[in-house]
Amino acid sequence: MSALLAVDGISKSFRGLKAASAVSFELDAGAILGLIGPNGAGKTTVFNMIAGVFPPDEGRVRMDGRDITGKRPDQICRAGIGRTFQIVKPFGGLTVRENVIVGALASCKTVADAEREADRVLDLLGLADKARQPAHALTLPDRKCLEVARALATRPKLLLLDEVMAGLRPTETDRMVAIFRQLNRESGLTILLIEHVMRAVMALAQRIVVLNTGEVIATGTPEEIAADQKVRDCYLGEEAA
Amino acid sequence: MAMGRATRMLIGLMVALLLAPFIGNDYLVSVLILCLFNAYLAQAWNIMMGFAGQLSLGHALYVGLGAYAGGALFFHYGTPPWIGMIVGAAIAALVGGVIGFLGFRFGVKGVYFALLTIAFAEFTRILFDHFTWVGGSSGLYLPVVRADHDNLLLLRGRPAMFYYVILGLSAAVFLICHRILGSRLGYYWRAIREDQDAAQALGIDTFKAKMAAVMLSAALTAVGGVFYAFYTNTLYAESAFAMHRSIELILGAIIGGMGTLFGPILGAFLLTLLGELLTRLAENFGHGFEGVKQIGYGLILLVIIALRREGVWPRLAKRLGLDGEKAS
Repeated sequence: MSALLAVDGISKSFRGLKAASAVSFELDAGAILGLIGPNGAGKTTVFNMIAGVFPPDEGRVRMDGRDITGKRPDQICRAGIGRTFQIVKPFGGLTVRENVIVGALASCKTVADAEREADRVLDLLGLADKARQPAHALTLPDRKCLEVARALATRPKLLLLDEVMAGLRPTETDRMVAIFRQLNRESGLTILLIEHVMRAVMALAQRIVVLNTGEVIATGTPEEIAADQKVRDCYLGEEAA
Repeated sequence: MAMGRATRMLIGLMVALLLAPFIGNDYLVSVLILCLFNAYLAQAWNIMMGFAGQLSLGHALYVGLGAYAGGALFFHYGTPPWIGMIVGAAIAALVGGVIGFLGFRFGVKGVYFALLTIAFAEFTRILFDHFTWVGGSSGLYLPVVRADHDNLLLLRGRPAMFYYVILGLSAAVFLICHRILGSRLGYYWRAIREDQDAAQALGIDTFKAKMAAVMLSAALTAVGGVFYAFYTNTLYAESAFAMHRSIELILGAIIGGMGTLFGPILGAFLLTLLGELLTRLAENFGHGFEGVKQIGYGLILLVIIALRREGVWPRLAKRLGLDGEKAS
């Protein structure tokens, strides 16, 4: 069986500085993969190359066997990849429901279908009672939730989560983890998450890729990663053991 | 039942406007024509800025292109203005498409995009000032026939006929905006206005959606330009493409409330009536009050920006109990 997402030796330099260097990993359909590493390790650079924000200098990205290297973000979305933004980007002047409808239009033929799909996703994420509020009035945890709702409404095969737990309280993190587990279990959603909150990564990810100074230094199960000496030296520190 | 209430109010307003020429005198009709004409243009501009978030400060370009297309076709070939509107709209959409392509393809954003729209309006003004086929700097005069009977096909007739024509056009552009705002394209535009990166990540082809906004806004504005040509009968490049026209036609939308359906109409009526009042007052004081209308516009804009940035309409809608309505 071939992988849903195949990242094959992608590199990116900014003004001569290597931000990502021959990064490769694969993600099978239905899997949850965590991408971790210290600040400046190149996580967001890798993420942006997959999401089409900028093309890699070298290497290919394949989704479902199709080459999506260098495609625009809207084409990446239509290839079945949904994403959230680390710094949330709600459509502030629109209501919460309208925000999600915009996402749902990517997967629905008519506006009426998109409205129904939006209501379903809002229910799923517990935002239904805030549906008519303007998005700029939401609290940060709710805005993070809205990011996820919008991306889910596009009905992606693969969901890219960029530090979606950052800034959440532990109870809110646990709620998010539960939602992603449910989505993964019930609809087979494949997830790639960049995350600093180890509590979430360890709870969610089946496999973890560790980046440091733009290179993959370790790949494995959460237990293997937690026990890896290189990873503990550069990132996790001794207390994670 | 907020929607039912809004519809009832709209019907009431429409009936009042339909009856106005029977009640008021010629002066009232001429002022209302001006109000509706400005409301029409403000609404067309609002598609680009209010809905899709793309600032144009050169919309006089499309007024002028429409006016000259309709005017010149009638002057040279006797072509009915209704055909002139189609031709003018097509030309304006094409020119708008060129400006949009240059701006959106090469990442000219915000203020710089607005400067691009001014540049196009200005050099087109100079071009038409030297374009002898349409009269050059001495102007284009449309033949006037005896004004005691109305010819709707050729738009030659009395003020009341022009009043109903611009009322019809304004109602049409309102309905078009209403329909689009609730459609897929309307959602795309508002998403792009709020955050383009997020819109694109949700699968929206932002280039195509913005091009649609510019071209539709330009085409509708040009239709208004044809009306302008046939109502005034005289065209000078100096005034048809004038910078102050570009500014005036957006003031109504800003003061009434950008991105709303009723804001541009309300704003255009308020501004036009204020301008008319100030001009009349200035006339009573004799000369020396030439710029009083512009000063009045400047002051009201200042007040709006300081006190009510979202415009007059959103608050008024709340007062009238219409704020539950999606589009307002």
